[in-house]
Amino acid sequence: MTKLIIILLSAVFINNYVLSRFLGICPFLGVSKKLDSATGMSLAVIFVMLIATAVTYPIQYFLLTPNNLGYLQTIVFILVIAALVQLVEIVLKRYIPSLHQSLGVYLPLITTNCAVLGVTILNIDEGYTFLEAMVNSLGSGLGFFLAMVMFSGVRSKIEGADIPESFKGLPVTLIAASITSLSFLGFGGVIENMFAA
Amino acid sequence: MNKLQNFSKGLIKENPVLVLVLGTCPTLATSTSVTNALGMGAAATIVLICSNIVISALRKIIPDKVRIPCYIVLIAGFVTMVQMLVKAFAPALDQALGIYLPLIVVNCIILGRAEMFANKNTVLDSAIDAVGMGAGFTLALVLMATIREVFGNGTFMGIEIPILIDNKISILTMAPGGFFVFGILIALVNKFGKHKPKKKEFGCAGCPQAAACGRAGGGCAGAETAEVSAK
Repeated sequence: MTKLIIILLSAVFINNYVLSRFLGICPFLGVSKKLDSATGMSLAVIFVMLIATAVTYPIQYFLLTPNNLGYLQTIVFILVIAALVQLVEIVLKRYIPSLHQSLGVYLPLITTNCAVLGVTILNIDEGYTFLEAMVNSLGSGLGFFLAMVMFSGVRSKIEGADIPESFKGLPVTLIAASITSLSFLGFGGVIENMFAA
Repeated sequence: MNKLQNFSKGLIKENPVLVLVLGTCPTLATSTSVTNALGMGAAATIVLICSNIVISALRKIIPDKVRIPCYIVLIAGFVTMVQMLVKAFAPALDQALGIYLPLIVVNCIILGRAEMFANKNTVLDSAIDAVGMGAGFTLALVLMATIREVFGNGTFMGIEIPILIDNKISILTMAPGGFFVFGILIALVNKFGKHKPKKKEFGCAGCPQAAACGRAGGGCAGAETAEVSAK
């Protein structure tokens, strides 16, 4: 149980996908302008990360590893994720239209999001059990959510600031991201020590 | 456009990282040392050249509706090959790049060039474009890695630099330093670039998903235009 909590908390704070692993930077910079789109995008990411892990994990251990097809991991995972996102979109549209309305527009963007492919591959690389892998995906998704929401707040402040001409737009956004990322460095070592005693 | 311009545009005028702002994830993650940057640049360039050539050769055969999945399968195939080669001949590089090696599959530069260039141009032109873009990507990566390694670690490709080794700014090799150096570099490009420094948004011009991103209310300035041109 302690291990699960450590995995969850370190995925959210220490190995934050966006701010310390640099995965999913595109949506982080592209969709973080408004709070509602940031929230929608992150919820869709959490959702897809969980489903993708639940599907790719058994594929790796019941299909690829026993048949010595480990080298097909990259191709299989990206295809499974792409197909899965399409499937989820169709199912949501048919059965839960309200959820589709709020998440639907973000789903196509997630297909080639490196955070989703990254989490599925990392789960295998780290040798997690199925439960640990699911917890890690949840933590990674929550970490993405936290970074997006925090950063959309920072960005709305930048909008009104007076900044030099050549820093307008992307450069100042990246520098703000650097400072946000700095705040996450403070979490390093905290979680292991919390449970070490 | 002649062949030389086609090649050189990827280096400076349309540099994929600093001007088009594509492939930010690997740029930030693997620019901690010059060796890693060169490795990443070379791996991505090989995949880009192969995928551009094959996609351009198949451009009349691949049905328009399923082109993106087809591109992804082709790219994933080449990435797997590169992955196996690196594992076999450069295990140290494989360790250093780790997860970012398979993630070349979702690198926007490669899918972006397939969508924007290779499916409209001849095989030779696409190959030249890929070499230029790959070189531009590597150049930007090495530039960033040089700044981060020299000032952050006091070394250049592992060789110690006399004064800087005692005055490291270690934060530059960590995550915040990556964002910071990248931000400063893009600001410099804006300042000294030939174009008027216009308010630059996240580069969606070359992103195949620009249309979807625009509908999602993303910060893409180019999203609307991309959607129009896609119709």
